[in-house]
Amino acid sequence: MLTTLPSVAQPTEDTTQGPSDWDWDFAREILPDLIDGMWATIQLTVVSLVVAMLLGLVLAMLRRSRLRPVRWPVGAAVEFIRSTPLLVQLYFLYFVLPTATLPDLPGLPERLVLSAFDAAVIGLGVHYACYTSESYRAGIESVDRGQWEAATALNLSAATTWRSVVLPQAIPTVIPALGNYLVAAFKDAPLASVITLAGVLTSAREIRADSFRGVEPFTVAGVLFLAVSIPAAMFVRYLERRYGYKRE
Amino acid sequence: MATSESEPTSAGAVPAGGAPSPEEGPAPMVQMEGVVKRFGDNVVLDRLDLDVAPAEKVVIIGPSGSGKTTILRVLMTLERPEEGYVKLDGRHLYHEERSGERLVPARLRHIRDVRRNVSMVFQHFNLFPHKTVRENLTLAPRKVLGLDRSEAEERAKGLLDQYGLADKVDAYPASLSGGQKQRVAIARASMMRPKIMLFDEVTSALDPELVGEVLSVLRDLATHTEMTMLLVTHEMRFASEIADRVVMFDEGRIVEEAPPAQIFADPEEPRTKAFLHAVIDRD
Repeated sequence: MLTTLPSVAQPTEDTTQGPSDWDWDFAREILPDLIDGMWATIQLTVVSLVVAMLLGLVLAMLRRSRLRPVRWPVGAAVEFIRSTPLLVQLYFLYFVLPTATLPDLPGLPERLVLSAFDAAVIGLGVHYACYTSESYRAGIESVDRGQWEAATALNLSAATTWRSVVLPQAIPTVIPALGNYLVAAFKDAPLASVITLAGVLTSAREIRADSFRGVEPFTVAGVLFLAVSIPAAMFVRYLERRYGYKRE
Repeated sequence: MATSESEPTSAGAVPAGGAPSPEEGPAPMVQMEGVVKRFGDNVVLDRLDLDVAPAEKVVIIGPSGSGKTTILRVLMTLERPEEGYVKLDGRHLYHEERSGERLVPARLRHIRDVRRNVSMVFQHFNLFPHKTVRENLTLAPRKVLGLDRSEAEERAKGLLDQYGLADKVDAYPASLSGGQKQRVAIARASMMRPKIMLFDEVTSALDPELVGEVLSVLRDLATHTEMTMLLVTHEMRFASEIADRVVMFDEGRIVEEAPPAQIFADPEEPRTKAFLHAVIDRD
């Protein structure tokens, strides 16, 4: 077998070789670039999921409001966002929104131009907030009605009832679902490459474009995904055990 | 037939100010006038009138499904009546006055303010399972009454000592027996020092051998405090012991009411007779 000296981002390539011939040296060489890309993907996932977890909780609480004019639009918005693809939402936020003229309100710019990262965080965050809100809602509904009644009998305010009685019991039941969304959002995060945001998928594509080799970058990218998802899933299982408690 | 010596109540005739009528002794702590509660087509409270004097202990008996629990739940604002007036310690619970005269449905803020007078103990305890006994007791006094931690804990310690639960202060509800849970629940409600306490079948979910310890706490509360108490219970012997008045309730209405000695020994109404017969024979 002929060997040529590897140069930077140049695979040891023989034009007669098929693309499926795996090259360990090349894989090792492109690893740092892909790890950088993965790091950007992780950052996007974590920031988006923090948004999703907080916003989802707010949405779930609003959907339990006593006021129909609050409950109804929130429910409709959640259903709408859950029923449309994330890819379209990202495209819309990044490419369509800046072309729209916003209503002339104080404090509002004429046009809203989002950076790729901000658009991706809003897109992923809001999309997943709609999913997490459903999980929170199930968690809140799993809290026994007697707990709300005890809170009333002790004359607790709504804020104290939520904070000290209902949410501490609802959230542990939601943790497994939130954890699954963490992993799902992580796998959706590379979609942000369509709005030019760098990530592990963009890195892999660049490498392929430069080197005409796709096997190594996409395989390594896949392995990196596994290397993050599996520990993340284990971490979620740990949280479940740690924050679960015995019910009455 | 509902016994009612008071004047007939039409909604319009109720004076908004609620000045206690001078000829009737102390102003009632609990007043219900013409209270109607429906669940669908089912009328659970049918124009109920019920007054309870300060420090009075009233036991409500009656067949299950007769609506007696609903009386307590209306007083605790867990069910909102469709019609009628409820006053606690002379103040409207579900209504507030606008421009001195007109009664309008109360805002939550008003309801919370009047609701301070009352607390409730439930059949299924409803302790907070994620909190220790200490935290169960001190949460509301700290958040609602504004007690600081040491005051609240001192008050809790006093009650737990009194109820024989001193060693359970750091326990979680899941580790307690049913009788212990219910005693903790009574202590939790007592922490708020309400003028009125409601007890909704508080021994019904307990194993028979645990009923006694809860009844003895109730007996203690009934004899040593000035609290106004309304109890729904099936414990007839206990009722005859602590009640000032027993109210027989059926089909949304008061069938008969009398001191326990009278109602248990010599009930007037056939429905009361039948009910007592069934319950006491089973005892």
